[in-house]
Amino acid sequence: MSDLEDLYKEVILDHYRTPRNRAKIENADVHLHRDNPLCGDEIDLYVDIEDGRVTNVGFEGRGCSISQASVSMMTEKLKGLSIAEAEELANTFKSMMQGEAAEDEDALGDLLALQGVQKYPVRIKCALLGWNTFLEGVKVHNEKHGA
Amino acid sequence: MDPQAVRKDFPVLFQQVNGHPLVYLDNGATSHRPLAVIDEIKRFEEEDNSNVHRSVHTLGQRATELFEGARTKLAALLGVPGTNGLIFTKSATESLNLVAYAWGRHHLSEGDEVLITEMEHHSNIVSWQLACKDTGAVIKAVPVDDNGVLDMAEYDRLLSNKTKVVAVCHVSNVLGTINPIAEISAKAHRVGAIVVCDGAQAVPHMAIDIPSLDCDFYAGTGHKMCAPTGIGFLWGREHILEEMEPFHGGGDMILDVWIDHSSYNEIPYKFEAGTPPISQAVGLSTAIDYLNNLGWEAIRRHEIEITRYALDRLAELPDITVYGPTDAELKGGLVSFNIDDIHPHDVGTILDGKGVAIRAGHHCAKPLMRKLGVGATNRASFYIYNTHSDVDALVDALESCRKMFG
Ligand SMILES: Cc1ncc(COP(=O)(O)O)c(C=O)c1O
Repeated sequence: MSDLEDLYKEVILDHYRTPRNRAKIENADVHLHRDNPLCGDEIDLYVDIEDGRVTNVGFEGRGCSISQASVSMMTEKLKGLSIAEAEELANTFKSMMQGEAAEDEDALGDLLALQGVQKYPVRIKCALLGWNTFLEGVKVHNEKHGA
Repeated sequence: MDPQAVRKDFPVLFQQVNGHPLVYLDNGATSHRPLAVIDEIKRFEEEDNSNVHRSVHTLGQRATELFEGARTKLAALLGVPGTNGLIFTKSATESLNLVAYAWGRHHLSEGDEVLITEMEHHSNIVSWQLACKDTGAVIKAVPVDDNGVLDMAEYDRLLSNKTKVVAVCHVSNVLGTINPIAEISAKAHRVGAIVVCDGAQAVPHMAIDIPSLDCDFYAGTGHKMCAPTGIGFLWGREHILEEMEPFHGGGDMILDVWIDHSSYNEIPYKFEAGTPPISQAVGLSTAIDYLNNLGWEAIRRHEIEITRYALDRLAELPDITVYGPTDAELKGGLVSFNIDDIHPHDVGTILDGKGVAIRAGHHCAKPLMRKLGVGATNRASFYIYNTHSDVDALVDALESCRKMFG
């Protein structure tokens, strides 16, 4: 049972049961819908960006606990960061999930709880869904606004 | 038939997974292979291995005899009168693509309709989409009603003289529904359509008599019936196969070859280009012996009994939704369900942590998932070696899911 408890940590279950920032943002600067065809996880991610800073993040979605908890935790972390900081955090998180030594593990805080997913290769995609969507959204935003 | 005794023939079942004895309930995806099959494949590789149909030497003759012997055995299993209509493929997927490609592309044209059903596996949907894309024919689908069975009134309504093909599964891999193929065939033939039946989930579990189903093509696969992966089959009416163009070109399927044209071999070889799956066919042959020996009546009775037990035990859990017929007599040996809004991938992972293997996902049937209004389901699928205690382990593990997420 210990592996399972390692995967389904209380923080994760808590975010799954009561997701944070689960709301649509009307006219958001960034809005992307992405899914994970293997599991049927899906999310709509909304991000507001002002002066190079993430000012608001929201999401809607359905899927497994790992995908939804990971997005929920992400929305809390991203708010207030500069785009560069947010991208760095996303990449640090991705490195951790792919089993590489993260340079700045402290920055991850609560997100370290998702480390247990590493042991379940088919579930790593679930944990990355929100983060990849965010990185993609930022790219689209930068292209549009020539950053 | 005593499943406890049958278990002893399947070495893979005797292992610990994540600290618990393995409980294997994913037979709809693939079954395991008994020692008899494993041993025979090993013996073949060690003693008889050779290519088929090409060699005059002794090993070549032995391999050819075993390969053709498998075909004869399969023909008897399916109740078809000869072996000419029985083509070896690598999977049920390849069999369905063979029909859609080699028949569909030459017989469909604009204005024609291909009638499938909402409960088809992707292999019986996408292969027809490809044929329709090339010919301008369109696809329609018979709906599934709230009980998980085909809406036959809608079938009657959708069927017209535009219908050229009816493509339908014998047993649904998600709902377990056993479809009335004989009735479907009779009606399709009245409007001049052919019937392509996907038997992937039927042949492993019940006695099959193709003539009484009266379909024109019937596809199946070895790996769900104790044989190895890499061997499937397609049976087709001989006169249809005779006038069909080949599927693949290459060795074995020709009579003679010039630089700019060829003449083709007789059926079924016309459709078996290249070196076929030989040791796999030998394995299939032994698998058929093994299953025949258990007896098809006994296999079916066992599956009805264990499915009924599973349905009863699952009904004890609050917040369980079962998809498909709930009368075990009317379905194949599987149960699809969701529990408590817990995502099937979470259920699947937690169950795996308890050694219980089920399938969690869309089961290659996304249109059906959409119809059921879910992204995915859990599926427990049974076979000859599953026991009541396997079902009990499943229910116990589901209880711990509910506790964890409750
Ligand atoms: C109903 C049905 N049709 C077709 C297939 C495909 O069979 P195969 O794995 O031999 O390609 C499957 C198995 O996954 C199935 O359940």
